[in-house]
Amino acid sequence: MPDSSSATGLHTEEHNPALLHHFADPEQQRDAASLGMWVFLGTEIMFFGGLFCAYLVYRRWYFGDFAAASGTISMAYGATNTAVLICSSLTVVLAVWAAQTARRTLLITSLILTMLLGLVFLGIKGIEYREKFTEHHVPGASFRFDQAIPGHPGQYANPRHAQIFFSLYFVMTGLHALHMIIGLGIFLWLLTMAWKGRFTPEWHTPVEMGGLYWHFVDIVWIYLFPLLYLIDRHP
Amino acid sequence: MSAHSSASATSPLKGYFAVWIALLVGTGLTVYAATLDLAPYNAAIALAIATIKATLVALFFMHVWHAGEKLIKVVVIAALFFLVLLLGLTMTDYAARPWS
Amino acid sequence: MSMPTAIPQPVEREDYLNTKYGVWSWLLTTDHKRIALLYLLSITFFFFIGGFFALLIRLELLTPAGDLVQADTYNKLFTMHGMVMVFFFLIPSIPATLGNFLVPLMIGAKDLAFPRINLLSWYLYIIAGVMMLHCMLTGGVDTGWTFYAPFSTNFTNTKIVEAGLAIFVVGFSSILTGLNFVVTIHRMRAPGMTWSRLPLFIWAHYATSIIQLLGTPVVAVTIVLVAAERALHLGIFDPRLGGDPLLFQHLFWFYSHPAVYIMILPSMGVVTEIIACFSRKRIFGYSFVAFSSIAIAVFGFLVWAHHMFVAGMSVYAALVFSLLSYAVAIPSAIKVFNWTATLYKGSIRYDAPMLYAFGFLGLFTIGGLTGLFLAALGIDVHVTDTYFVVAHFHYIMVGGAVMGYLGGMHFWWPKISGKLYPEGWARLAALIVFIGFNLTFFPQFVLGYMGMPRRYYDYSHMPEFQILNVLSTAGATVLGVGYLLPMVYFLWSMRYGKPASDNPWNAAGLEWKTASPPPTFNFDEEPVVTWEAYNYEELDAPHSQEVPVAR
Repeated sequence: MPDSSSATGLHTEEHNPALLHHFADPEQQRDAASLGMWVFLGTEIMFFGGLFCAYLVYRRWYFGDFAAASGTISMAYGATNTAVLICSSLTVVLAVWAAQTARRTLLITSLILTMLLGLVFLGIKGIEYREKFTEHHVPGASFRFDQAIPGHPGQYANPRHAQIFFSLYFVMTGLHALHMIIGLGIFLWLLTMAWKGRFTPEWHTPVEMGGLYWHFVDIVWIYLFPLLYLIDRHP
Repeated sequence: MSAHSSASATSPLKGYFAVWIALLVGTGLTVYAATLDLAPYNAAIALAIATIKATLVALFFMHVWHAGEKLIKVVVIAALFFLVLLLGLTMTDYAARPWS
Repeated sequence: MSMPTAIPQPVEREDYLNTKYGVWSWLLTTDHKRIALLYLLSITFFFFIGGFFALLIRLELLTPAGDLVQADTYNKLFTMHGMVMVFFFLIPSIPATLGNFLVPLMIGAKDLAFPRINLLSWYLYIIAGVMMLHCMLTGGVDTGWTFYAPFSTNFTNTKIVEAGLAIFVVGFSSILTGLNFVVTIHRMRAPGMTWSRLPLFIWAHYATSIIQLLGTPVVAVTIVLVAAERALHLGIFDPRLGGDPLLFQHLFWFYSHPAVYIMILPSMGVVTEIIACFSRKRIFGYSFVAFSSIAIAVFGFLVWAHHMFVAGMSVYAALVFSLLSYAVAIPSAIKVFNWTATLYKGSIRYDAPMLYAFGFLGLFTIGGLTGLFLAALGIDVHVTDTYFVVAHFHYIMVGGAVMGYLGGMHFWWPKISGKLYPEGWARLAALIVFIGFNLTFFPQFVLGYMGMPRRYYDYSHMPEFQILNVLSTAGATVLGVGYLLPMVYFLWSMRYGKPASDNPWNAAGLEWKTASPPPTFNFDEEPVVTWEAYNYEELDAPHSQEVPVAR
């Protein structure tokens, strides 16, 4: 980090091209950006929260039907995707550290790895959606569901209630996937900036902010996985 | 911020990898616990593990643990609080309906 | 050879209005003051649209028979009136105009924390507005602004998805405004501007922003669900498929009740500033007023199911929500008491802003008290979905919020435009608004109590209601005149009004320590605050030692 106590250091900070005119100093700008991103993530918590509320109501009402429906989505894919996102959060954190410590190669590699893992996640989701489509589990006119409720061999799940499960499944994972796609866009932009060498240890706020967003998307999935995939899995 | 991290340049990495392992272990544990018959606690355990994982990500990957001021923590807690309000107060209706 | 010497022209002082000319300097501005004016134009436009629908409603209700429009059309009229007024006028009104203009000035900042996001927020508003206009012109929506399922998801043939999308986008605009304010107030206060020195206008906008941030996303995702249900037949709210229509109502009202606090809190902030200035006294109970704003924001999230008492929810839960609804009135009452105590032994001046503040005090109190009537389960069963409810919320939103908005526009007009509005006409307009308002909406309390349902275009089975409806329509006409007058004389003043000094009201507040209109970056030198808020004793002292501010 350049010697901010020297006149040269101060001179550099004053003319930092990233410092916007209405801020007094880079610290204030960075603190504003950080608070802004956290507040935005707070709004995202409420955004997904509405869906969690709907899920909670119907899971309680139709537990057996939900359990039957949950049994038809692949736990292996879900767990793999969870691991994929966890690894991508690690690469994000490495990217931020690389930016903090002026390690350009590691920064670029980590950003690329993050995006690759994100694409793997979306790919697996695509496979899962395709499976649901072929099994006629997509809500709508062609929805069919003839599974027994786990633990009650003779009792078949109510297809209308199972359809509600799948409605919530598609909306919740679909919204999550949309956020992933936006995240990929953000990281592509970060990658471009990193490639051009725009990030320094003094200023790498976009990497940090992009990282916060990515971790949030990871956290949402950390909750979606048990709620959607693991309702009643014990034999 | 940079001065802070350059003073502990290697230790963040160890911490990050430790959290990463913990998260993967937590995922495995969640899957394993789901296969056991712990009803009615299956959901509670799965959500508890998920909450621990989420907290680890927030505290260490999102750097809330090292945040200088309390404001960020207040923002997160406030959002979670209102989410709990939404879920909890809505459930007072559904839980207290004498009809199904 | 001698060149004729140029006559030296007086140098026009640079301010945010004359710093650059041309349409693009406005459409691409990041100056919060210009963005505030862009919003002012836009919300005034939508106010006219919403008012037009109100006019048609009141014309239809002049006679008991449904003889002006068809039933379906009437459904569309009250729906569009509600949607436009709530989402495109009331929610943005004070925050996006006065808030955008004043928040940086009041805290001593050069701009909001995120000026480009501020501009984006306006563009989202415009995009949403165009979508809503298109929706209305191509058939509109007939579900009521509350678009309850399963009518909205399964049975209506009107343009729910398009209207829903418009509301989703304008909701995002609202979220971004709230985000900007919260970050600005936390991070950009001038040196010495501690939380306890902030004007209560700022506290009110901070509380409003919290509501915008936490509530709007829930209605946004609800709209997504409604759109998905309509397009894909999902069945989440469809009872035939095991869904619960009440779940929609829970999710909808979780936002829409706090939304009414988004509409009233900024107005309360305006009234606080006006009452302090025109009583020449500091606000009584500053901390109480500040914390009551936060309390309203928090408590406001606890009461939403009082809109659902007769919808089929659990009676036990209804009891809980009824009790909480009584509790939410307390912080508002605290404010009313503190305003009254501020007025006591003050040197009251009856300029137009103060007339609006007085109007607010009385009408908001009536509106708030009738809210308590509605919070009582027994009474609510009788008057819900009648004109009693309509009167209650119009007393708060028009008698309260709009009065505050007009009072604020008058109070800060000299600062915004650099001109003085004509005081005589302004007082006349305030009086006309007050009379017109009461004539319009008081009869509706009586109508509702007598049993006239809302959202009915035909009341010919109850012809005795006609006289009160006629009074209400007459009042609406008077109210309309009252609203038009300020638009005329504000515009007039921009050309012909007397130039305003920096502080024509001798008011407290950092915004009055800079020029009228302010320069683009607000202050020539960053202010350093060493005095408490509402220091009217100092300002009115015979030889006031005002802190000199370099020009």
